[in-house]
Amino acid sequence: MKYHKPNFEENKNNLNESMKKDFKFYKALFLSTFSVSAFTFGGGYVIVPLMKQKFVDKLHWIDEDEMLDIVAISQSLPGPLVVDASVLVGYRLAGIPGAIVSLLSTALPPLVILSVVSLFYQAFKTNPLVNAVLKGMQAGIAAIIADVVISGGIKIFKSRNTLSIIIMIASFCAIYFLNVNVIWVILVCGTLGGILTVTKSKKKVPKI
Amino acid sequence: MIYLQLLYSFLQVGLFSFGGGYAILPMIQQQVVILNHWLTMKEFADVVTISQMTPGPIALNASTFVGMKMAGIMGAVTATFGCAFPTTVLALIVGHYFYKYRDMTLVKGVFEGLRPAVVSLIASAGMSILILSLFNVETLTLGILSHIDWKAVVMFAISLFILRKWKANPIYIMLGSGVIGAIVNFLIK
Repeated sequence: MKYHKPNFEENKNNLNESMKKDFKFYKALFLSTFSVSAFTFGGGYVIVPLMKQKFVDKLHWIDEDEMLDIVAISQSLPGPLVVDASVLVGYRLAGIPGAIVSLLSTALPPLVILSVVSLFYQAFKTNPLVNAVLKGMQAGIAAIIADVVISGGIKIFKSRNTLSIIIMIASFCAIYFLNVNVIWVILVCGTLGGILTVTKSKKKVPKI
Repeated sequence: MIYLQLLYSFLQVGLFSFGGGYAILPMIQQQVVILNHWLTMKEFADVVTISQMTPGPIALNASTFVGMKMAGIMGAVTATFGCAFPTTVLALIVGHYFYKYRDMTLVKGVFEGLRPAVVSLIASAGMSILILSLFNVETLTLGILSHIDWKAVVMFAISLFILRKWKANPIYIMLGSGVIGAIVNFLIK
């Protein structure tokens, strides 16, 4: 990045301070959250591959683990996932102004699209061309989600962390086959992770 | 005054719709169909259908649709604001503390426990879309194979191959599969 200055003070603020908050930055933030929102077809989780492509792979604003953390937080909050996730990314990068920019750019696409569609929605709903396009997109979206799941799954299996692998398989069964509310899955897995770290750090030398 | 009513209703939708996706439909339905009679049940079903056909979260789509119908563009903006505002404030509060304390061992542990669960969350949402796409049915049942849509299977396989091999931008995959969908499902048929 052009404005990058090394900063050794605090790891978590590294990105915040090393990136200059100029017009160019806000424009990039606005455009990337806007396009994530404009392409969330097929349910909230499509934002994960979209955000990964924009924020992790292309702009290098956050890493993959942090993105999963943001999704976990967003899922625990009420309201649409894409709003929470965008606000968190905006806040992470540029504080309250960043959050406001992300909120506006996320709310804009559905506002514009639905305003237009609501005027002639009967025709839209039954249009065979629209339905053919959507049927095709469904297959593409399934592949996009499969891709991000394969990447995440491989990473967890490679970590050789037995607990992570068990959590992944058990929570998939709970959500997909048993229809357990995702809030419970998040509460249980988070608590489990917390308890195990605390008991582990008591036995060994505490990690800082 | 309609604006205040819209704001009040959608603030509640935004504040109490946990779980996301279709889990929040009863909450929206209660506000717009049962309590306020802004939409009929048929119109509400139409909103759900349209939300599946357009991008964006269903709560924001419903906000815009109801707002437009009741009070035009300003109504849509008011309802959207009401729906997004509570969760924005909560996200800021939680985000503030997350970034403040995320280097603590306990917080790290909690999120290490959560990451595999998030992968599973995405996987189960993906399974539902995959089955709907490849078999045209909602859930896994016996005899599902007779419904298989070979065009969708081929498109899924090619899309996944392109994504794995070249790390393609998902937006291009969506646009490309939409165009090919129009050709194979509309023009050729």
